[in-house]
Amino acid sequence: MAKLLQATGLCAYYGPTQVLFNVDFAIEAGQITTILGANGAGKTTTLRAICQMVRTTGSIQIEGQELSGKATESVVRLGVAHVPDGRGTFTALSVEENLKLGGYVRRDRAEVARDIEKAYERFPRLAERRHQQAGTLSGGEQQMLAISRALMLRPKLLLLDEPSFGLAPLVVAEIFRIMRRINEEDGVSMLVVEQNASLALGLAHHAYLLETGSVALSGPSDVIQRDESVRRAYLGH
Amino acid sequence: MDAFLHQIFSGLANGCIYGSVALALVMIYQSTHHINFAQGELATFSTFIAWALIERGWPYWGAFFATVGISFAMGVLVQRLILRPVEKAPILTNVIVFIGLLVIFNSVAGWIFDYTIKSFPSPFAQKGPLATAWFSAHEVGSALVMLCVLGALYAFFRFTPIGLAMRAAAQNPDSARLVGIRVSWMLAMGWGLASAIGAVAGMMVAPVVYLDPNMMGGILLYGFAAALLGGVDNPGGAVLGGFIVGVLENLLGAYVIGTELKLSVALVLIVGTLTLKPNGLFGKHVVTRV
Repeated sequence: MAKLLQATGLCAYYGPTQVLFNVDFAIEAGQITTILGANGAGKTTTLRAICQMVRTTGSIQIEGQELSGKATESVVRLGVAHVPDGRGTFTALSVEENLKLGGYVRRDRAEVARDIEKAYERFPRLAERRHQQAGTLSGGEQQMLAISRALMLRPKLLLLDEPSFGLAPLVVAEIFRIMRRINEEDGVSMLVVEQNASLALGLAHHAYLLETGSVALSGPSDVIQRDESVRRAYLGH
Repeated sequence: MDAFLHQIFSGLANGCIYGSVALALVMIYQSTHHINFAQGELATFSTFIAWALIERGWPYWGAFFATVGISFAMGVLVQRLILRPVEKAPILTNVIVFIGLLVIFNSVAGWIFDYTIKSFPSPFAQKGPLATAWFSAHEVGSALVMLCVLGALYAFFRFTPIGLAMRAAAQNPDSARLVGIRVSWMLAMGWGLASAIGAVAGMMVAPVVYLDPNMMGGILLYGFAAALLGGVDNPGGAVLGGFIVGVLENLLGAYVIGTELKLSVALVLIVGTLTLKPNGLFGKHVVTRV
C-alpha cells in the first residue's frame, strides 16, 4: 500500500533536550494510525515534529516531499491539518470564523462555503452556535469545532492530539464514531495520539507504541491489542 | 454657552485625531503586546513626504493617497527589517528598538526637511460647504476623513479573509500557523496599516499644529492616553478614548487649568488609568482558568 507519510531517523528537541530518538514510522494512505504511550513518551512531540513546531533532525516525507526544515505554515499548505492538544480554537472568534480560517489557504471559495455547510451537517450543534464565540462552547463542542476546522483544509493527513481529553465518555464515543466515518467516507488519513489505548486501538488500523522517545512496538491494531505486555501496561486487563 | 459648545465640538474634532493615533497603537499592541513609541515620528515622517509631494506640484489628494501607500510600505519594511530580528527578544530590547526608531525618524526628518516650521495645506476650503457655526471646515473635513478610515478598517477586519487572518494571528499565533497563516507577514501588515493610519492622522493634524519634526510629540501623548483610557486591547475603546481625551483636554484647558498646562491632562489620564483601572474603561478583564 502507498505510504502517505514516512519518518526515518526522526529526532526532536526542545532547546537542548532531546525528546525523540531515531523514531521510524509510516502512515498508509487512507488509514488511521495511532501512537500510544505513557505520559512523556513523546506522542505529542511526534505530532509537533511533523508540523515542524519543534526542532527536528532526520527525515519526514509526505508523498516524497521533505517536511524537515520547512515552516509550520508551509507544512500545513502541503495538506497536513493538526488538531493540537488544547484544541487550538480561536476562542474570541465565532464558530463560523473558525471554520473559515480552516479553509484560509484554499482558493476555491465556493467549495469552502460548501465544506462549511458540510461541517454543520456533520455536527448540527455547531450549526446552532455558528455566530457564537468559540470560547463559549462546551469542551465537546470545541473538539467538534477543532476537528471541523482541520477538515476545512481538505487535508491529506489529519493529526489529532488526544481527541478524548477532558470529555465525557458519551461525547468521546460520538467524536470517535464521527472520526471513523470521516476516514471511511472521505478517505482522510489520520494519525491519532491517545492516552486511552483501548479506544485508540478500536479505531485505528495500525499502531505504534512509544516508550521514552523511541518506538517500542508496532503493528496492526488487532495484533497490538493481543500483545501480552501492551495489555498489562496500557489496557489494564 | 456658545463658547462652551464650541470647546466641546473642537474637542471632538481633535478626538478624531487622537483616536486614530490610539488605534494605530492598539493595532500593533494587539498582535505584539508592544507599544510602538515611534508611532508619532513615523506619522510625522509620512506627513513630510506628503508635504514634499505637494511642494513638487502634486494635487492634494494625489499626494494624500500616495503618502498613505508609501507609509504602508514603510511600516511593512520597518517590521521586516528592524523588528523581525528582535521578535523573540525580551520586552526591554523591543522598547529600546522603538526609542531608536523614534530618534532615527525624528533626525532623518530634520536632516532631509530641516527643522523650520512649515505650513501644511488643508484640502477643505475655509468658506466651503463644510464650514458651520460650530466647526471649521477643516475640523469637519478631518473628522469625516478619520471616520472613513475607521469604517474602512472595520470593514477590512470584519469582512475580508486577510482581516480575519490578521485577527487570528494576533489572538493565537500557534493556531494561526496551523491553519497555514503566515503569522510573521500578518505582523508586517499590521505595521503597514498602523503606519498608514498614522500618516492620515499626521496629514489631518498638520494644518492645525504646523509641520516640523516634533509635530506629533504632544499628539502621541494624547494618543497614549486615549489608548489606555479606552483599553489598549480594544480598537473601538481606543477610538472612544480619543473622543473623551479630546473633549476633556479642551474643556479643562479652557476652564480649569489653562492652555499652557493642557498636555498634563494627558499625563494625568495616563497615570490615573494605570493606577485606578489598568484595563481601561472598555478593556477586557482577562480571567484565566487554572
